[in-house]
Amino acid sequence: MLINAFNDALTLIVSADPDLIEILLLSVQVSFSALAIAGILAMPLGTILAISHFRGRKLLITFLNAMMGLPPVVVGLFVYLMLSRSGPLGILELLYTPTAMIIAQVILIIPIIASLTYQVIEELNREYKDLFLSLKISPQQAVFAYLWDARYSLFTTLLAGFGRAISEVGAVMIVGGNINHLTRIMTTAIALETSKGELSLALSLGIVLLTIALLVNAIVISIKTFAGEKGYV
Amino acid sequence: MVIIRIAKKITISLGAVISFNFCYAESIILQSTTSTKNSGFYDYVLPMIKEDTGITVNVVAVGTGQAIKNAQRCDGDVLLVHSKAAEEKFVSDGYGVKRFDLMFNDFVIVGPSDDPANISGSTDVSEALNSIASQQTPFASRGDNSGTHKAERELWKISGIDTSKGTKMWYLETGSGMGATLNIAVGKAAYVLSDRATWIKFANKQDFKIHVQGDKRLFNQYGITLINPIKCPNVKSKAGQKFVRWLLSDKGQSSIESYTVGGNQLFFPNAQ
Repeated sequence: MLINAFNDALTLIVSADPDLIEILLLSVQVSFSALAIAGILAMPLGTILAISHFRGRKLLITFLNAMMGLPPVVVGLFVYLMLSRSGPLGILELLYTPTAMIIAQVILIIPIIASLTYQVIEELNREYKDLFLSLKISPQQAVFAYLWDARYSLFTTLLAGFGRAISEVGAVMIVGGNINHLTRIMTTAIALETSKGELSLALSLGIVLLTIALLVNAIVISIKTFAGEKGYV
Repeated sequence: MVIIRIAKKITISLGAVISFNFCYAESIILQSTTSTKNSGFYDYVLPMIKEDTGITVNVVAVGTGQAIKNAQRCDGDVLLVHSKAAEEKFVSDGYGVKRFDLMFNDFVIVGPSDDPANISGSTDVSEALNSIASQQTPFASRGDNSGTHKAERELWKISGIDTSKGTKMWYLETGSGMGATLNIAVGKAAYVLSDRATWIKFANKQDFKIHVQGDKRLFNQYGITLINPIKCPNVKSKAGQKFVRWLLSDKGQSSIESYTVGGNQLFFPNAQ
């Protein structure tokens, strides 16, 4: 079975099966879009939590940490009920579209990116706090400065978010509906093939997905290594 | 600068994704049972429908129970499932316009080839279920309120066995779809009730085979219903109606008849 699956995976990749390419591209497109949106929202959020003091801050941090363990199915259900034609946002007609899948993944990975950003920036904050205070840097400037200086460390943070987004199936299955040529992505295709008993094909799709994840990780790590050599980190 | 560049990229990729939603001029959402999808039936019939009517049919395949619930929330245009009583209730509650018989096949009991409950060749489903229950051989139930699950519950009932009483170690409720339940049954050497279409197309059979078939109580009727535009104003009733009419037409019915997998006809048209 395992050897078959590796063979199948290789054949799928080499033959550039058009269906596979379509599914793969949509997977990557959805997850990268979710990552970009979540990153823009969550990285400043994590930074603000790390450098500012306000009532309820600890509570919010605890909440975000807990949300990292949010089951994708619950997120899917929540987004489904929001976007359902009988739900509050039904008028947008977004259910069973890639956009719905992006929304679900954004909700899923915001806590991860925000929490991990918080940890990175908190450490940096100890080093920079007094300097920024003496230079009278505005909070907005400080947020940008922190994010910019921590950018290479934050790659890992984004990577964690991307990993969660590209690999989850529970949420996108519910809000996307696994519709052929419209909302079918790698993970839902794997679930479908498994339910057809096509275990070898399902596993080979998993291997393809793993390859993509490895590729993304390799790129990020080489950027980090390059940065390290140049003394940016 | 970097931020502007990133923002630009996001807008572009978002735009590309959103444009997906609008590039299908006439498309409908079909809330469907899983067997019609997993058996490859839609891959066969939907291109013909596209060619004849121009309608793209987006299939959301879930269990019958969930499909009906989704349709009640107006998240679809047409419902194609297999639980006549539940479908009729759906229509009488005002959620559907009218229900039509579309096609049928039958359920079969499959199990390991060594047949521990000794039911192979039986055409009496009650006898077979009683034998499974008295031997306490494992039986995998869908347990998900799907059409097949409802049919299975009914079969236990008419066989006079209450599987819910006490803890029955041999009665395994998987809470999953047909394919997942078949995978579990194969892994646990358990008997399982499946629709014939899913079973024929199922690729992980290992040593499993059909033991019980041919009892008329194993009849499995599929129905099709247009979701009611009065309850759900967003329903694309025109396109939905075209789709329903096509399947009920002579051409639709004969295309159902001509769909085979490995020489086996999977669905038998019986629209009135």
